[in-house]
Amino acid sequence: MFKPKNIQTYGVVAEFSSSDTILEVATKAHEAGYRVMEAYSPVPVHGLDEALGRKRSILPWLVFGGGTFGCLGGLFMQYWMAVINYPWNVGGRPTFSWPAFIPVTFELTILCSALTTVIGMFALNGLPRPHHPIFNTPNFDRSTLDHYFICIEAKDPKFNEQDVTAFLNEFKPEAVNTITDA
Amino acid sequence: MSHEVKRDPDGQLPFISGHSLSSVSEKISDVTTMPIKKMPKFWYGGMFLGLTVVQLLFFAIFVLVTRGTGIWGLNNPVGWGFAIINFVWWIGIGHAGTLISAILFLFQQDWRMSIARFAEAMTLFAVVCAGLFPLLHVGRPWLVYWLFPYPNTLGMWPQFRSPLLWDVFAVSTYATVSIMFWFTGLVPDLATMRAKTDLVWAKKIYHGMSLGWTGAARHWHRYEIAYLLLAGLATPLVLSVHSIVSLDFAVSNEPGWHTTIFPPYFVAGAIFAGFAMVLTFMIPVRAIYGMKDLLTERHMNNMCKVMLFSGLIVAYGYAMEIFFGWYSGSPFERFMVLNRADGPYAPSYWALILCNVMVPQLLWSYKIRTNPLMVFIICQFISVGMWLERFVIVIISLHRDYLDSSWAMYAGTRWDWAMYIGTMGLFLTLVFIFIRTLPIVAIFEMRELVHKEEHKEDSH
Repeated sequence: MFKPKNIQTYGVVAEFSSSDTILEVATKAHEAGYRVMEAYSPVPVHGLDEALGRKRSILPWLVFGGGTFGCLGGLFMQYWMAVINYPWNVGGRPTFSWPAFIPVTFELTILCSALTTVIGMFALNGLPRPHHPIFNTPNFDRSTLDHYFICIEAKDPKFNEQDVTAFLNEFKPEAVNTITDA
Repeated sequence: MSHEVKRDPDGQLPFISGHSLSSVSEKISDVTTMPIKKMPKFWYGGMFLGLTVVQLLFFAIFVLVTRGTGIWGLNNPVGWGFAIINFVWWIGIGHAGTLISAILFLFQQDWRMSIARFAEAMTLFAVVCAGLFPLLHVGRPWLVYWLFPYPNTLGMWPQFRSPLLWDVFAVSTYATVSIMFWFTGLVPDLATMRAKTDLVWAKKIYHGMSLGWTGAARHWHRYEIAYLLLAGLATPLVLSVHSIVSLDFAVSNEPGWHTTIFPPYFVAGAIFAGFAMVLTFMIPVRAIYGMKDLLTERHMNNMCKVMLFSGLIVAYGYAMEIFFGWYSGSPFERFMVLNRADGPYAPSYWALILCNVMVPQLLWSYKIRTNPLMVFIICQFISVGMWLERFVIVIISLHRDYLDSSWAMYAGTRWDWAMYIGTMGLFLTLVFIFIRTLPIVAIFEMRELVHKEEHKEDSH
């Protein structure tokens, strides 16, 4: 038997129809001291992440690591196979005829970088994730069409349902809802 | 409404106008969510044709696998035939998608947004068709993993000094990266499709495929970085793939192949053929699905300019091949050039010059560049011309070997043709399945474009 789950408040969500408003709300919310929050938008809004007080992602460094691995690993793989494990005389050339190894090294550099980019991006984003409490927001479908949402989460130390609702209502949102995590 | 469309500073019409965030999402997703009975006849016709022709491919593969590569027209000295011609032709077509989605992205060409998705999908399908040929030409395709370096009982490794092995790595990397690039671009759109479809099962599939995309700011932030990185990675990749394909020829010492111009000339040819194929599909699709406001004449104009430019590089390549024939001082090289123009395969050479050099000169005219029918016809010439180019390169060099005693003629057998035409059926089928199931224009990028246009107007 399922035990009734302990349903808790996830946060308060406000819905807006303009990207300028969402930027303003994010900035003001950060100034007001809210930290655990997230904005949801149909298009990437430039500056929104900074407005929410976040730093640049480490993704490029991961990709650099992946690329380096592909490059050195690819070259070493060929070196080991063609020089150490099974030296093979082709047309009297030195066994370590490295210029001929460049194309494969290059392709493996790109392959490992690209794999790190895509897998890294989704992993850092915590995707795939079939369900997220934000989907409980009424009308949330429009976040993938033309509306902008901001959620101040219950985990925020300053979180208080009445205060947050009042704070968000100042910006004349389309709607403000309190959502639960289940 | 007397609202006049605001022109760009250079006097051109904007790439998108009269759309809002929701209307543009609606318009594109409607093509996919359209009830099955309302699908245009064009779709049914295309799907029917594709499914019919692809049977030829299945049959040709069946015969090939049961009887071996002897059913093809290969002989000595022509050991390379349709398989490599078709492989190079298809992979070249695929390159346009990567060019549009990666290189034009890096150059911040906003007009690429409306054609990128379609072109990327075509890249994938073209790579599938291209990949079939190297896979099947080994005769026993279930042993194709022998091409890869894996520990085996013989203790042998692949020959890393061979361009044919470089090709294995280049093409498999290209296929992998193209799929990832395409899928990454699709994720936000799949979330839109989840919102737009009314069917519960379709919602679930789109939701699953979108990996639960929410459009969170921190996700978008990493997403944009990832997209930029992928574009930066795909750009040198696409240039390397066709360069490596050309090295299959250039590294050998066959007359007509052993030239340094091959890599750039092949890359230009790939863009040329690829844009022709994108336009071949874009022109009917924009007309039938009423997408002339998203795929405008200005897009067509720009694409034709790219085609004209890459076509001129290809023409320069042909001129250089003739020049090298003379300048090399090698009697074999000189004979090869003369044999192209005046040998047994001269008609294919002159047809190639007609299709790839002469007909595309019509694109200098603005009127022709913006006339869909004319552009469509020119694109067909280019597609044929690019196939002939590979035929001329492969067959004419091989059929007259260094030794007169080993001269021979080559012609594709019915199985060669069946397989080639069959892949067209496969391509067509995949394109029409794509039109039916996924948004054919990148919705979120169009929203971004609308968003940009709106903010441009605000700043006036």
